[in-house]
Amino acid sequence: MSIAPLMPHFNARTFGLHGLCTAVLCCLTALALQATGQGAWDAQLVYSLCVGLISWLVIDLGRLLLTRHQPIPWPAGWRGPALVVAGIAAGALLGGAMGRLYRGDEQPFSLTQALTSAAGLTTLALTAAISIAMCLVLFHRGKAQELQRAIVQSQRDTAEARLKLLEAQLEPHMVFNTLANLRVLIASDAPRAEAMLDHFIAYLRATLDGARAPQHALRTEFARLHDYLELMAVRMGARLRYQLELPIELAPAAVPALLLQPLVENAIRHGLEPQIAGGEIVVRACATPDGRLRLEVLDNGAGLAAQDFANGPAPRHFGLAQVRERLLTLYGDQGGLLLQARAEGGTRCSVVLPLHLENPQ
Amino acid sequence: MTSPARALIAEDEPLLRQALEQALARAWPGLEIVASVGDGLSAVRQALELQPDVLFFDIRMPGLSGLEAAAELADAWPHAQEGGLPFPALVLVTAYDQYAVQAFEAQAVDYLLKPVQAQRLQTTVARLQRLLAQRASSRNTAAPQDLERTLAQLRQLLQAPSTPPAPAARLTVIQAGAGAHIDLVPVDEVLCFEAADKYVRVLTAEREYLIRTPLKELCDQLDPEVFWQIHRSTLVRASAIRAALRDESGRLQLQLRGRTERLPVSRLYAHRFKAM
Repeated sequence: MSIAPLMPHFNARTFGLHGLCTAVLCCLTALALQATGQGAWDAQLVYSLCVGLISWLVIDLGRLLLTRHQPIPWPAGWRGPALVVAGIAAGALLGGAMGRLYRGDEQPFSLTQALTSAAGLTTLALTAAISIAMCLVLFHRGKAQELQRAIVQSQRDTAEARLKLLEAQLEPHMVFNTLANLRVLIASDAPRAEAMLDHFIAYLRATLDGARAPQHALRTEFARLHDYLELMAVRMGARLRYQLELPIELAPAAVPALLLQPLVENAIRHGLEPQIAGGEIVVRACATPDGRLRLEVLDNGAGLAAQDFANGPAPRHFGLAQVRERLLTLYGDQGGLLLQARAEGGTRCSVVLPLHLENPQ
Repeated sequence: MTSPARALIAEDEPLLRQALEQALARAWPGLEIVASVGDGLSAVRQALELQPDVLFFDIRMPGLSGLEAAAELADAWPHAQEGGLPFPALVLVTAYDQYAVQAFEAQAVDYLLKPVQAQRLQTTVARLQRLLAQRASSRNTAAPQDLERTLAQLRQLLQAPSTPPAPAARLTVIQAGAGAHIDLVPVDEVLCFEAADKYVRVLTAEREYLIRTPLKELCDQLDPEVFWQIHRSTLVRASAIRAALRDESGRLQLQLRGRTERLPVSRLYAHRFKAM
């Protein structure tokens, strides 16, 4: 039996549970009616069960059928209440007829009588009250489950994005080469080893904390770049020269944490590393004439010629894509990233974002 | 051994280069380090000139990677019958084993993980000493097999991508910019791709075009059964090859249908051309 495509929300256990709840409620209703002295107990029970179970079947199956294309297992808009009304009507009319048949009631069914007599109205009211109560419970439980699912999904997405970022920043080549250099320095130049270790610790801490503190001051951003570039300078020796230029008045500007890190890494990886002679990296900050903050990473390395950017960045430029996405999410069209070839050789990567000075560290 | 063993080190990080020299001096006092270089191109040049017995190549280096440098060197290495020495024993050094080089342990190629630990280096030294002693006793007879084994392993390492590539869409049309217009060249008409400096030459029977897409990237987007790599910088349409010719020094060259130039086949890929 394949009900999956027709009713993707169908679950035998919940379905059975709903049926059981309905049956119990019907028994309680019959008991209450009997206690108030309305007819024989067996007739009341059959009557009540017929009405209740038919209402439930119509509403529960109808809901499963109507929601096969939507995530929440409750029909959207007017369909929900309409289904409840249909279920109540079907229960009261069809179930009522079956009940009377059991009682041996020869009287033909009449709609006017069902809607005017005291017994008919009681049936209708009871069926309506119980159905609506059960539907409300169903509706809220379904919605809560869907919400729960959405929360879990978004948590998984966030964790995945964080892991990807961490993987990019704690690249194994970088980590093990740094450790290998440290190992050499410990024996040959202990003070330098200590300084390198301090930079590495600061780098690791910033990387691991990055996702927790979404923003920090530009001076902190530059301090982290200094850590990273110092590490790379020990590794690359004379092949890496660098300059960090931060005007004092921009030091307290708030920027997304470690925004520039992937850009500096790219400049080294794709700009300087392929060149035997290495090169120079300059990172600088300035205010634009329209009052925004411009951050630039310049290198005089291999340049863009070797890579074809005409068709957009290749998938390996995860760093660039990630920075672009962060800027877009945070600032919309107020932020942006531009990658250019420099006339004198090498690459200029510039980032523009709103300047917020009122939020010093 | 009659003469002391001679080694060449290629490692781009100066501190690590020094450290390897020092560690080797302790682990193998008899070893003479004839050169220490910081990039792949110098490694090839110096190795050809100095003909050492052992090579320590870092995998990630500027210019040429350690693997590419080894392949290039294998290509240019003089044949034994030309009076050359046997191909050096190759030790790859890497910070991170992205190539799963462990799989090649106990083969002609050895590998070391950085930071290099004294004990592990001792194992490598013992292995190298055994290998060199074997060579000394059997003179040049073992040399061709050594080179073949090294080549087979380099082939596998160079083919194994560091990260599994996303299945790239197959290229059907090459778009070659030529001044103000763009030529569209169906891949079906291309006979050969040849990397030249910053460009790749695209040869058809009638014309040639220049494109900027790196050969490596093209390689991923072409059917490897249709286009064969025959050299670090050459991809050839297999069905367009008329003949493979061996010159007097034993090197292979290809003649193409519809073209006059002769394309050199690197030793790394020479195994493709054997009579059936």
